[in-house]
Amino acid sequence: MTQNDGGRFDRVAPDASAQTDPDRPHRAAICAWWADRFGIAPETWAGYSFWEKGNGKLWVFAGEATDPTPVEALGMRFMRVRQEHWKPSTNAVQRFGDRATRNVIRLSDAETRRFIAGESVDRPGWEGDWGYLIAATAVAGREVPLGVGLYLRGELRSTVPRGRQRRL
Amino acid sequence: MELVDRYAPVTDDPEAFRAACARPLPTTVRVNGLKTTPAAATDALAAAGVAATPTAWSPSVLRLDTDTAGGTLPYYLGWIHGQEEVSCLPAHVLDPRPGETVIDLAAAPGGKATQLADLMDDTGTVIANDVNLGRLSALRHNSERLGVTNLVVTHQDGRHLSLKPLGPERPVDRVLVDAPCSCEGTLRKSPHIVADWDPKGHRGLQPVQTALLGRAVELTRPGGVVVYATCTFAPEENEAVVDAVLASHPCSLEPVALPAGLEAAPGLQRYGTMRFDASLRETVRIYPHQNDTGGFYLARLRVDG
Repeated sequence: MTQNDGGRFDRVAPDASAQTDPDRPHRAAICAWWADRFGIAPETWAGYSFWEKGNGKLWVFAGEATDPTPVEALGMRFMRVRQEHWKPSTNAVQRFGDRATRNVIRLSDAETRRFIAGESVDRPGWEGDWGYLIAATAVAGREVPLGVGLYLRGELRSTVPRGRQRRL
Repeated sequence: MELVDRYAPVTDDPEAFRAACARPLPTTVRVNGLKTTPAAATDALAAAGVAATPTAWSPSVLRLDTDTAGGTLPYYLGWIHGQEEVSCLPAHVLDPRPGETVIDLAAAPGGKATQLADLMDDTGTVIANDVNLGRLSALRHNSERLGVTNLVVTHQDGRHLSLKPLGPERPVDRVLVDAPCSCEGTLRKSPHIVADWDPKGHRGLQPVQTALLGRAVELTRPGGVVVYATCTFAPEENEAVVDAVLASHPCSLEPVALPAGLEAAPGLQRYGTMRFDASLRETVRIYPHQNDTGGFYLARLRVDG
């Protein structure tokens, strides 16, 4: 049974042996997921603590805090768990996604405009994994992560939250 | 008496002051060092059809030839944040170091708090507090778009801020008080400031400002730094507030070291029947004609050991 209190920050346990809530993934599993899914090294998260507030919403905080704290925000919401397929947040991918070495789908300028506006992009030829991918494009001479797309049956669906969408 | 008439005689060049107050304000953005560089941001803006020119004092603060940069790719990416040129100054004057604990006592909507995080390279802790829950949601949105991870957002009355919810006491190195004020210095972008100006508008604000600054001094460790900032010209909300806290709290003024390339005037020694401590000349007033910006006031206090 879940012991999550959606109104407060609870620390993510370091590993399975320290878990108090069996439905809240532990830190080692989270680090392994980012490494497995995107090739982002577990060392990336050294110096960050992980927290849950809200059902399945995980937060990443630079540094440490002591108790479950009744504050409004602790760092950045960085992924969604407690569902079959874990999903990284747009903001986490923009901040950490440039370290990804796989499951990155590169968009043209026209596709970028559609993606940022929250629209789907047709990609029948994609030969990589299905599911949540990092969408990236070239900006100022480098590859820059834009956000998260859900790839299914030849189509990349934008998951950019409504409040973050833009018509360029 | 009109707003501009009240302050023109205090300035070094009343006619230039009046002329600048009548001109629209240039649009500026701050480049977010947590995600990009000034050169890359400038390139990305150019690709979006926006010309950007660095300000005289900082390569990270850009003047734009449009006021619609919010609809560009670099904005979406969190590479830039719309922030008035003078509003970029308090964080520089506070001068936080990586790893420190810093409080922004009235932080929403978060331009300065996220700039503090940037200057600290997203290490240490920035406690961004505000009493207004609606404005806090804008702060959270801005902080996440800019990719900040060292920010703790609290919702308290800054006059009584308690750090207890954050666990065992930790020494606070620096506090920014960007106080709620009459915003007279924003008259170039908000014409209603002139139209709706109330010459006695500062009366309700001064007690709040004094209590916020006093609490900031109490929260800061001995030897730590507090910066008080407003975007108003009113001495009642500036020198008078700092003067009162100097008299009631263990702290003293340090000179405000502005970046090279910026002009400013010293804080006032007197205004009307008010008299201020001689050290108030270490604070600075920025008038719109001096750097083609909004109006601003800054004081830097050292908490006595």
